[in-house]
Amino acid sequence: MSWLRVETFVPGPAEEGRSPNLYMAPIMCQHCDHAPCEPVCPVFASVHTREGLNAQIYNRCIGTRFCENNCPYKVRRFNWFAPEWPEPLNLQLNPDVTVRGAGVMEKCTFCIQRITAGEIDARTEGRELKDGEVITACAQACPTRAISFGDLNDHNSQMVKRRVEGLPRVYTMLPQLNALPQVTYLRSLYNTTENS
Amino acid sequence: MAAAVDTNLEPRYIDVDHQVQRAMAPGSLKYWMWVLFCAFLTALGGGYRTDEVYTGLGKTGLTEPTMWAPYITNFVFWVGIAHSGTLISAILYLFRVRWRTAIYRCAETMTVFAVATAGLFPLIHLGRLWFFYFVVPYPNERFLQPDFRSPLVWDFFAIGTYLTISAVFLLTGLIPDCANAREVATGWRKTLYTIFSFGWQGTDRQWRNFQMVYLLLAGFATPLVLSVHSVVSWDFAMTQLPGWHSTIFAPYFVAGAIFSGCALVLTLIIPIRKFWRLDEMVTIWHLDNLAKIVLLTSLIVTYSYVVESFMVWYSQDALELTTFNQRYFGPQGYLFWMMVTCNCLIPLLLFSPRVRTNTVWLFIISIFVNIGMWLERFVIIAGSLATNTMPSQWRFYTPHVTEIVITVASFGWFLMNFSLFAKFMPIVSMTEMKEGISWLRQAARTSYPYRKAA
Repeated sequence: MSWLRVETFVPGPAEEGRSPNLYMAPIMCQHCDHAPCEPVCPVFASVHTREGLNAQIYNRCIGTRFCENNCPYKVRRFNWFAPEWPEPLNLQLNPDVTVRGAGVMEKCTFCIQRITAGEIDARTEGRELKDGEVITACAQACPTRAISFGDLNDHNSQMVKRRVEGLPRVYTMLPQLNALPQVTYLRSLYNTTENS
Repeated sequence: MAAAVDTNLEPRYIDVDHQVQRAMAPGSLKYWMWVLFCAFLTALGGGYRTDEVYTGLGKTGLTEPTMWAPYITNFVFWVGIAHSGTLISAILYLFRVRWRTAIYRCAETMTVFAVATAGLFPLIHLGRLWFFYFVVPYPNERFLQPDFRSPLVWDFFAIGTYLTISAVFLLTGLIPDCANAREVATGWRKTLYTIFSFGWQGTDRQWRNFQMVYLLLAGFATPLVLSVHSVVSWDFAMTQLPGWHSTIFAPYFVAGAIFSGCALVLTLIIPIRKFWRLDEMVTIWHLDNLAKIVLLTSLIVTYSYVVESFMVWYSQDALELTTFNQRYFGPQGYLFWMMVTCNCLIPLLLFSPRVRTNTVWLFIISIFVNIGMWLERFVIIAGSLATNTMPSQWRFYTPHVTEIVITVASFGWFLMNFSLFAKFMPIVSMTEMKEGISWLRQAARTSYPYRKAA
């Protein structure tokens, strides 16, 4: 059940004596502001949170799978069977993450358990959540720091800075569908034969 | 009665009674074998579905991205089948079309059972069947209502309304006929007809009220012919998936629904009139008129295919172009061309009056139309999902045993219900046949091909 897949694009045929350039894009739920998956769910299982996350409420999901049909990025995954972990793999489960049963839809949550834990910590200490305090598992695991995560409303956050600096390279996937995804990508730069 | 059969042009009221009662006589061994066979298919489907609920929907061949394939195809197919029944029983009634009288009961029965079959499929395809009631707006402790923006909720209301109205319409039309059958029936059948005749005495006042109620119900049912399948088509048109997102869907689906429905009426009525010797009432003339509707709607459906493709080409939208290219020439393109053959080319034979008045030809063509219309829904649903906006996620669907068995079982379930109803209830409306008898005589005398074929 992959919540995040890395897609590889080959932009063109290989040049003489070189292997072709590969463009990689990690594709997870784009947490669209105008999410196509939300209005089609009959039971409000796919909803927008106040913070702008596109949440999936497993308890409400009845498994119509309409959300995946309408998702242009095809990032939602369905539990076709009840999940099973042979011992001792059952011990690897993250205690902060709900285990989904058979027949429900799931997808990348932007590590909502980490966000919530960070928020609770900040609230008990009576302060605002600081940038960099919450980091998603994918951003944490990426060795080249290709993924950054932060608060869009915080104009000084690392993520917003990166977006502003890389502005000419910023794009979203399938913008013509007007889903307004919150995940943005930076166009990759490669040396070509001419300028190398 | 024998005299009437010989002269053929002078049916009397009593002949109508006799012929319908003959059809309602206790079933032969062959009939019960057939019903048992259908029941067996139903039970088999029930068994597979139980297994599916127990183990998970993974039992089907469905995978991302083809989230909907055979079950929703069956759903749209059966809802579509239902529509021609209401067209024949309600719209043609309001327009005072005479030829509906002999076939409308059959068509309407088909409607009710087709909707009842269609209604099962949204449940069959649910991941968590046991929570299906979340779609129903009911007061609950969670203060949660269904999301009325979702076309699936519209579906729930559309199908619910349609099933209610068509069942009430069918039962209302049955009242005088059941009263008629009550007079001759014995044993438990008498009890059955007594219940369904709702105390009918045949008084003037009852007839007057009956006519008014029937007219009103026909008025209620008429807009449903157009609205229900439009709502079903919005399941697809309201999304932004290439191949689904199209404004033509509502009229296109309604035409397709009437097309497939009239074809299924032909498929059902031709064996019935042969085996139960109802050919004096359901004449070639009726079948010919049905075939004309099939031909007309086939042309509309063909036109819709052309317009749909034209709009895609005209828009020059890369995503749409890719999806349609895959639909026509992709790995499952043969399904599309089979569909075109069944829906657009084979019905063209109906231009010939000789084909339209030949029951064997009509039966064969109607089967092809049904196959074609099933394929149409499949091509639209599974094909568009398989070739979606993310080329990395393309995957074509191949069915597993579970969906094949459940699809076949849906036909078994429908045919079992239909056969039982047709045996135990008057499958031709005696009341309306008697109303139209003088007119029928005239038609039989004057129209050339029917006189010859009869």
